Amino acid sequence: MSLADDLYRETILDHYHHPRNSGTIEHPTVRTEGVNPLCGDEITLYMTVDNDAISDIKLDAHGCSINMASGSMMSEAVKGQSLEHAQEVVRTFKEMMLGPSPDVFLPEELEDLEALQGVRKYPVRIKCALLPWNTLLEAIEKARAGSKIP
Amino acid sequence: MLDVAKIRQDFPVLERRVNGKPLIYLDNAATSQKPACVIDSLASYYREYNANIHRGLHTLSEEATSAYEETREKVREFIGAAESRSIVFTRNTTEAINLIAYSWGRANILAGDEIVLSAMEHHSNLVPWQLLAAERDARLVYLELTADGQIDMELAARLISTKTKLVAVTMMSNVLGTVTPVSELARLAHNQGALILVDGAQGVPHMPTSVARMDCDFLVFSLHKMLGPTGVGVLWARPEILEAMPPFLSGGDMISSVWRDRVKFNELPWRFEAGTPNIADVIASSAAIDYLRTLGMENVRAHEIEMAKYALAGLQEIPGVTVYGPQDATARGAVISFNFSEVHPHDIGQILNDGGIAIRAGHHCCQPLMRDLKVAGTARASFYVYNTKEEVDAFLDALKEADKVMGHVACR
Ligand SMILES: Cc1ncc(COP(=O)(O)O)c(C=O)c1O
Repeated sequence: MSLADDLYRETILDHYHHPRNSGTIEHPTVRTEGVNPLCGDEITLYMTVDNDAISDIKLDAHGCSINMASGSMMSEAVKGQSLEHAQEVVRTFKEMMLGPSPDVFLPEELEDLEALQGVRKYPVRIKCALLPWNTLLEAIEKARAGSKIP
Repeated sequence: MLDVAKIRQDFPVLERRVNGKPLIYLDNAATSQKPACVIDSLASYYREYNANIHRGLHTLSEEATSAYEETREKVREFIGAAESRSIVFTRNTTEAINLIAYSWGRANILAGDEIVLSAMEHHSNLVPWQLLAAERDARLVYLELTADGQIDMELAARLISTKTKLVAVTMMSNVLGTVTPVSELARLAHNQGALILVDGAQGVPHMPTSVARMDCDFLVFSLHKMLGPTGVGVLWARPEILEAMPPFLSGGDMISSVWRDRVKFNELPWRFEAGTPNIADVIASSAAIDYLRTLGMENVRAHEIEMAKYALAGLQEIPGVTVYGPQDATARGAVISFNFSEVHPHDIGQILNDGGIAIRAGHHCCQPLMRDLKVAGTARASFYVYNTKEEVDAFLDALKEADKVMGHVACR
């Protein structure tokens, strides 16, 4: 298996060519932007929060395959989840990408994310994979702050 | 023409394999590889005559000083300058431009003045002027480009006016490859009483250069892009301009006498070289210049036109490839930026690297130009004296392979 095959797996290409939850939300609870100045990846994340849960999430992203696929998978993983659970998913994903070992236990609903494990071998690309997740963390914090201030 | 097979033997790094494949180095616009003579020169300075310069009376210091000053003389000849006292060594192009902006700029740019740049400047020849303009309430004026990436000279003739104090342009674009008509711009600038700065970071390594023929007032470039070591930049300015400029960095070496309360500055060029300079790398730069002179810059330019022609023709045959900049190889250098359908430059770069091919992907320190081109970034292949047509073929094949890996975005 070549290096590229390891990185560009079927699942990743599928999400890249058919990103899930792609687009915008007209009246979101929060909207956050993320950029990776090094390569020009850009993402705008829209999120509707009802009762501390992510009832809708949309991503307007322009980036490389890893960035796009990672965002697409993330949106599937957290849509419908409570903010707290979503934060836990982010933690799990970051552990998989940055922790000492890629062998992090992934619950069944997060299995797709395993396809991104190959990115660990490409340090410059880890940032591309993490951008949507860091943007989501910021959105969650914003949503929390917003919910306290009426 | 260059004997490329023979040249390749002089570059030890070209024996390297990357990911099991022979290295194909196409990132020369970022920095070039170094021939053995440059590497040996560095080692021999440290092994045989390492000493500080301009101060010791001992043999080692004398040898180091004379080797250091010999490079200055070689640089003078290489760029067709009249006097070596108007050649100042800096760390790189960026530092040379900052020196001009801080010293000449702060002494000469006033409120309402205009600094004219092209729309394809590297951040290094843009941000220092932006800061200066903001500080002085001066204005930046941009020379727009035509559809094929050349400076619109009719517009330039109108934009360069009596308000213009400085025209600062690249000699060759590090993105589009465009070769700038510097001497025409110099004429427009001088007619209005303005000065012209030429950013030679891409031009000097790849074309015959003469400050006299360009009729410029400042020329800056970096040795690391022309077979030399990192850490050496050159600032050339007309001696009378340099003579009138206040010092930039101050301290040791740039003085002739110091009292408790006052100082007399050193003569040119040392007035602008404060502190211990990058002695080893300046000395080894001599070897790089000798190497290029032996090849002949006319031959270097001819080889690169050949390479650009061949690569442009090959790229045009791949469906989905967009090449930026002039299509005519004689109007450009062998630095070729492109996009490949929807495949992100990052993905192209990564997949090519799997095949041992080094290209660059990103904004190339030209974000305003990227916005004008309406792209987030481009992939960029740039060639030099050791690159071959076989390497271009391998590069083109790898691009097609990249499309396959990405699920045939372009060649469906
Ligand atoms: C046109 C141009 N100007 C300036 C620079 C800056 O050169 P350096 O990084 O050596 O200061 C570069 C190099 O990237 C360049 O291509």
